[in-house]
Amino acid sequence: MRKFIGSLIVLAVVAAVILWFLSAPSPLPQSAFDGLADPDAERGRQVFLAGGCTSCHAAPDAEGDDKLILSGGLAIESDFGVFHAPNISSDPDAGIGGWSFPEFANAMKAGVGARGEHLYPSFPYTSYTRMTVADLNDLFAYLQTLPASSEASLGHDLPFPFNIRRGLGLWKLLYLKDGPVVDLAGADEQVARGQYLVEGPGHCGECHTPRDLIGGLKRAAWLSGGPNPDGPGIIPNITPDGGVSSWSAADIAYYLESGFTPDFDSVGGSMVAVQKNFAELPATDREAVAAYLKAIPGHPNGY
Amino acid sequence: MKPGIALILAASMTAATVAYAAEPQEERQMTMKQIGGAMGSLAKMAKGEAEYDAAAARQAFTTISESAEKFGQQFPEGSETGFDTEAHPDIWTNRDDFDARVAKLKADAAAAADSVGEDASDLGQKLGMVGQNCGSCHETYRLKNS
Ligand code: HEC
Ligand code: HEC
Ligand code: HEC
Repeated sequence: MRKFIGSLIVLAVVAAVILWFLSAPSPLPQSAFDGLADPDAERGRQVFLAGGCTSCHAAPDAEGDDKLILSGGLAIESDFGVFHAPNISSDPDAGIGGWSFPEFANAMKAGVGARGEHLYPSFPYTSYTRMTVADLNDLFAYLQTLPASSEASLGHDLPFPFNIRRGLGLWKLLYLKDGPVVDLAGADEQVARGQYLVEGPGHCGECHTPRDLIGGLKRAAWLSGGPNPDGPGIIPNITPDGGVSSWSAADIAYYLESGFTPDFDSVGGSMVAVQKNFAELPATDREAVAAYLKAIPGHPNGY
Repeated sequence: MKPGIALILAASMTAATVAYAAEPQEERQMTMKQIGGAMGSLAKMAKGEAEYDAAAARQAFTTISESAEKFGQQFPEGSETGFDTEAHPDIWTNRDDFDARVAKLKADAAAAADSVGEDASDLGQKLGMVGQNCGSCHETYRLKNS
């Protein structure tokens, strides 16, 4: 019996060591940054719009140009506790003004913070991981042109065990995948651009896809809608089997441009900010998103 | 059919339906549909899909303004839920802000009706001015539930 307990303890220690290694943050390899061109901040503004950073990182009551002050503060309620979006303004102390580009790219693509810690997926890096390093380079340059704010980040209110960042390593093994979500092999250039915008910077799936018990996206029900995480109501199914089944690709592009549905209902809820951002992108990008939404498989409502 | 006649027909059909719909939840959804219909006919003209008709454009903006007035009165206590309403519960706790938004839609649409031009050149701009009210109210006070 002694011997049995002894080997159990050994096994437990081995398992703990394996888990510890498996859960270690893994930043991008240095080679990811090879041959990077000089950043273009003006292009970076478009990446910023597609990424919708202001929805979370602007002060919650900011209007107009104040939305470009990325001082953070928004409370994001979840089943795991309350997250607060941090200050990512150009301030070197309170924000990310002192970060290097590789540090920034690691946050966006690997969910690893500047101190090497895991970041929480309430920051949708599970989608941003599909962004190209070149786009991130432009985005980082643009962020540096935005105003600094010395507002301190609020930190999160999370109960044990969710307050232990290391535990996120295992979650990330399951859910942080940088390949395409939908297999659209042989898709034309327009659909491929739409796929990049939707699955990457646009992070549409983070709202429009139902989640499992531990908060991971159910990829088999991609974009089929889900309960509204912010309160009552739902987020619509935008696959070809959803309410948009009767919309043409031109209708979808027009919705992203104007906010009006084909029967002149108007966009609402958290989609308003997404729509306003997409209204400022080139028409070809809105058409690409529409073409992708027409090309993906349909699913029954995820709510 | 001339757009003007279509509008009058649409308006009288909606009026007939409203007379039968007893519940405020249903009445306000009908009112919003009427506003949506008027926006749709204006957008068709702005996009060149329908011929520009100044009288019809004026009528459509007036419909929006008058419907907004009516809409503001269709949220009595006790109509928070039921009948597929997509109204956000915050309407009843932030009533002043909600009413101010209703008043702004009414005023903006009335101003557009008063200044309708002889041609379609500034219709897009007018539509934008009235249209921004839609999303900014729906952002806070309207909840999709299907
Ligand atoms: C849905 C809300 C949301 C959106 C949209 C969002 N973020 Fe964040 N972001 C967060 C949260 C929450 C955190 C904190 C994560 C943590 O503490 O682990 C965060 C953290 C970060 C960090 C790390 C900051 C630090 O101090 O460690 C960076 C950098 C960042 N976000 C950049 C961006 C950029 C750039 C965009 C737009 C492309 C963006 N975020 C969009 C919610 C969001
Ligand atoms: C922050 C959450 C969020 C994100 C991110 C988001 N959406 Fe939405 N989306 C919503 C909500 C909420 C609605 C319902 C809008 C309403 O109440 O009118 C919606 C509605 C829509 C609709 C209309 C569906 C219908 O049946 O009326 C389309 C199309 C759409 N979204 C596409 C997109 C695309 C494309 C993206 C990515 C570029 C995206 N959404 C990103 C929350 C989101
Ligand atoms: C002051 C707030 C407010 C403004 C401004 C507003 N809406 Fe609405 N709208 C609502 C609410 C609340 C609902 C949900 C009503 C319900 O279901 O009880 C709604 C619902 C709708 C519907 C769905 C009706 C149905 O049930 O089928 C349409 C269409 C619509 N709005 C169009 C518009 C358009 C177009 C504009 C701009 C010209 C606009 N709305 C401006 C608050 C507003």
